[in-house]
Amino acid sequence: MEEIVLHLIGGLAEAMQPLNLTMIVVGCTLGLLIGAMPGLGSVNGVAILLPITFLVPPTAAIIFLAAIYYGAMYGGAISSITLGIPGASTAVATVFDGRPLAQAGHADRALTAAAVASFVGGTISVVLFTAFAPPLASFALKFGPPEEFALMVLAFATFIGLGGDDIPKTVFSILIGLVMASVGLDIISGQPRLIFGDIDGFLHGINFLVLAIGIYGIGEMLWTLETTRGEVMVHKVTISWQRMKHNFKDIRNYIKTTSMGSALGYFVGTLPAAGATPASLMSYGLAKTFSKDPDSFGKGNISGVAAPEAANNAASTGSMLPMITLGIPGSPTTAILLGGMIIWGLRPGPLLFTENPEFVWGLIGSLYIANFATLLINLAFIPLFVKILTLPFSILAPVIYILCVVGGYAPTQTMHDVWLMLLFGVVGYLLRKLNYPVAPAVLAIVLGPLAERSLRQSLLGSHGDVSIFLTRPISAVCIAIAVALICYPMLQKLQKRRRANAGTGSG
Amino acid sequence: MTVRTAELLIAILLALCSIGLMIKSAELRIDWVPERGPGSGAWPFWLSTGMLLACLATIVRWFRKVTPESTNLDLFMTRETVLLVGISAGSIVFLLVVTHLLGIYVALFLFLLFYLKFVGRHSWLVTITMTIVVPIFIFCLFEWALKIPLPKSISEPLFYPIYDLMYS
Amino acid sequence: MAGQGGGADNMARLMQTITEKYNSICFVLQCLYSWHLVYHGAKHKQFPKRGYLLMVTIISKMKTIAVLIAAVVVTCLGLQSPAMADWSPKKPIELIIMAGAGGGADQIARLLQGLAEQKDLSPRPIIPINKPGGSGAEALRYLQDKAGDDHTILVTLNSFYTTPVIQQGIGVDVSNFTPIGRMAVDNFVLWVNSSRDDITDLDSYIAAVKAAGNTWKVGGTGTGQEDSILTAMMEKEFGYDVTYIPFPGGGTVAKNLVGNHVDSTVNNPAEQNEFYRAGETKPIVQFTAERLPAYPDVPTAKELGVDMQYYMQRSINGPPEMSKEAQDWYIGLFKALFDSEEWQQFCTDDGLACDQWLAGDDLGTYHQEQIALHKDLIESVGASAITGE
Repeated sequence: MEEIVLHLIGGLAEAMQPLNLTMIVVGCTLGLLIGAMPGLGSVNGVAILLPITFLVPPTAAIIFLAAIYYGAMYGGAISSITLGIPGASTAVATVFDGRPLAQAGHADRALTAAAVASFVGGTISVVLFTAFAPPLASFALKFGPPEEFALMVLAFATFIGLGGDDIPKTVFSILIGLVMASVGLDIISGQPRLIFGDIDGFLHGINFLVLAIGIYGIGEMLWTLETTRGEVMVHKVTISWQRMKHNFKDIRNYIKTTSMGSALGYFVGTLPAAGATPASLMSYGLAKTFSKDPDSFGKGNISGVAAPEAANNAASTGSMLPMITLGIPGSPTTAILLGGMIIWGLRPGPLLFTENPEFVWGLIGSLYIANFATLLINLAFIPLFVKILTLPFSILAPVIYILCVVGGYAPTQTMHDVWLMLLFGVVGYLLRKLNYPVAPAVLAIVLGPLAERSLRQSLLGSHGDVSIFLTRPISAVCIAIAVALICYPMLQKLQKRRRANAGTGSG
Repeated sequence: MTVRTAELLIAILLALCSIGLMIKSAELRIDWVPERGPGSGAWPFWLSTGMLLACLATIVRWFRKVTPESTNLDLFMTRETVLLVGISAGSIVFLLVVTHLLGIYVALFLFLLFYLKFVGRHSWLVTITMTIVVPIFIFCLFEWALKIPLPKSISEPLFYPIYDLMYS
Repeated sequence: MAGQGGGADNMARLMQTITEKYNSICFVLQCLYSWHLVYHGAKHKQFPKRGYLLMVTIISKMKTIAVLIAAVVVTCLGLQSPAMADWSPKKPIELIIMAGAGGGADQIARLLQGLAEQKDLSPRPIIPINKPGGSGAEALRYLQDKAGDDHTILVTLNSFYTTPVIQQGIGVDVSNFTPIGRMAVDNFVLWVNSSRDDITDLDSYIAAVKAAGNTWKVGGTGTGQEDSILTAMMEKEFGYDVTYIPFPGGGTVAKNLVGNHVDSTVNNPAEQNEFYRAGETKPIVQFTAERLPAYPDVPTAKELGVDMQYYMQRSINGPPEMSKEAQDWYIGLFKALFDSEEWQQFCTDDGLACDQWLAGDDLGTYHQEQIALHKDLIESVGASAITGE
């Protein structure tokens, strides 16, 4: 323990050097802006700025990239809240409550909550990272395909209750998301699947962002057009010191869900192949399940913003663990960070901690500082982002359409995806008018590939024996928790009904 | 068209889509491969079957008038809604078609001109400023800072002098 | 001069494209406008009819405008580059990666991009774009469609050979592609977890696999990929049957071996090296002609009397019909990168062989040999042995 503290102090000192500190501030700001653009996420920022970092020493470079990564994680929430478009898969859950809050004139409150929750999530996970990196790394190794599948079952279980009241329509939404996730190449058999009309664009599958930007960007704009007739978009907000103070007092309302989300996020993030998206979704689902007032979720509950934001930041720190200790990226962004480390001649793997301590601890130290820096920068930008909402709708609308089109193009750089996005937007809008919930489809397309792959890998390994999920301890525990989660709301409902019956009976 | 009609129509359409997906998935193995678990078409096939069942449930509920939509006799889309949504969706289609033909920067210019001047009825000053500033902003952000080339189609040669300036 | 003739050609081609595209725009606009008229009649005063009318007017003038612009542009270009022989890129170069972010090919592409930038070797930036769809099928089709383009290049792995054979439907013949340069050759080694004390050499490995029957699990990066072919070759040679489990990426395969979720893997040295140094995994046999310097004590299959060698090339290729001038320019660029100290260091660290530079037609001949070899391999083991269904 003492050794860790000593290392950490060394690391912090390293990160506080003028060059590194500049890197942190510049990186956070850039990351924040890139993350705030729909369609652009930390992957773009990190990938494109990678060559620039050839000019500075490796420690400064990795700090710079990590700062961009952090900044982009914070920034993702900004477009989710102000524009209602999730900029990255990690920020999907933030839209559910962030958007209604912004429409009700509480954009500043939601943005503050997102920033504070991100900070708490980031900080808790860095502390966990500092203290428990090696044991968690060996735990992550125990996660094989059956455990991954059990984790996915757990993730799906947390979504129970996210759908609308219409059960067949909710089921339809989940299923179509899962089917869309299976478009492209089936890696188990190496065969192309569901390539409609032999169009090349389907070979890379349906990118999650295409569906999310289509439904939340274009679909949401069409919806707003219909409901407001293009008149007003949101209530005007004026930022005052008084209001900000009030926003900070708000913290106690969501601190519980935030800490829960942070711990969960960190843990899920450390597992290779899971990453920040399932973490943020699970955190949202849990916050809703255990809330005193679950019905207010999705209509503008501040905890619904805080929980996923805390989890996605915690998970992004967590996903650096498998990268550093095992050389396995937990997310596409860390995959590129990993590439960067290899280019600088650093070999991520079990020996990196002992062979390059100044690098690892410099990175950890910079995570502490980057977190704090991003919080400050983010809070400073809030008035600006809130201003965006006061623009007239007929200016904002075309700009949002353009951002959707360009953001739909950027990840895969094919026009095919942009057309698909438009199609999803219009269809999503029509279905939404008929009370089909759209969120489950978006969640399903993110988790679908992971779930199918791990299921089939497990069954290949067990020769088609399904009991493998129950005989392995970790996966059995996950599945037991999942079953409990599915039963919990039902039990609650039953209990409520019984109590109500008892009430009327006695009265 | 009333909401009630639309509910049935869309449910039928989605059911047909599900059947289509089932047929497409059935091109691959959909059964349980002994010792290997489900075949490569099984996942999408059985899930599409689930979609079909969900649609059938919606249709049954429509006949039994259980859902609020199946008893709602309001217009599904008023004329005004069709117009508002049509202009927006149509203008995006226009944006994409022109992007294919003349490149995205020309498309952005025309799209903004149309939307700001003829839908938004903004002054020429606002319109011209936006039509010039937005494409330049997009260019600087994507092409220059992020190095993501956007489609330029036949307008590509116009950018050669700009590249000269940018990279010299 | 060839350059002048090319200019006139270009002009004619440009005019044709403009006319085609102009006609389709007019069609789309007319459709939109007539839809509007039919739907609304003249009743809706609020609707911005003016917009469409103006649009139609603009479009009707557009052909003239486009022709004018094109003429100016072509003239300018003609003036700017009087001699085409000295080709250099005019716009950013797309470097297509036929695999996902974070993999071996991706790392190489980003390293090359970074080095080119650092050494200021290219007047326009090189932009890596991942097109991993369909085991590289999407990337190959993309390049095929870009025939004649001088600003798109591809970094390959062996799915460059195998994907067109396994997925006949994509209709790509890679021997038409323009070969530029081979940057490296990657090797394959058989690995097991260090806790398997019963496995010390190839014989004890084969014995263990045979004892396990088909419950022996081999991890790999995907059906149809290099390691699945090598696994199928081994099954055939040694007469056993294993269960092949695909994972996304070599790193994940390595981790699953360390976590004992699979029993053995055929990984590239780079993917396992760190676990090997940490004592988590051990190499059993190398599929190379000679022992790699990194593993002097590990025998090659050839030494053990089984002539089994398999390599993976990492090369740069252009689309079909790339101009000779552009090809020469790219060969020069990648030769300089190949010779750089950083690249050679990277090869040594990652266990790649970078001693022999192959470029242009030599690489084309090499590709031909490899294509024939892979066709034979896939035929002999049977495509079904690879896809498993």
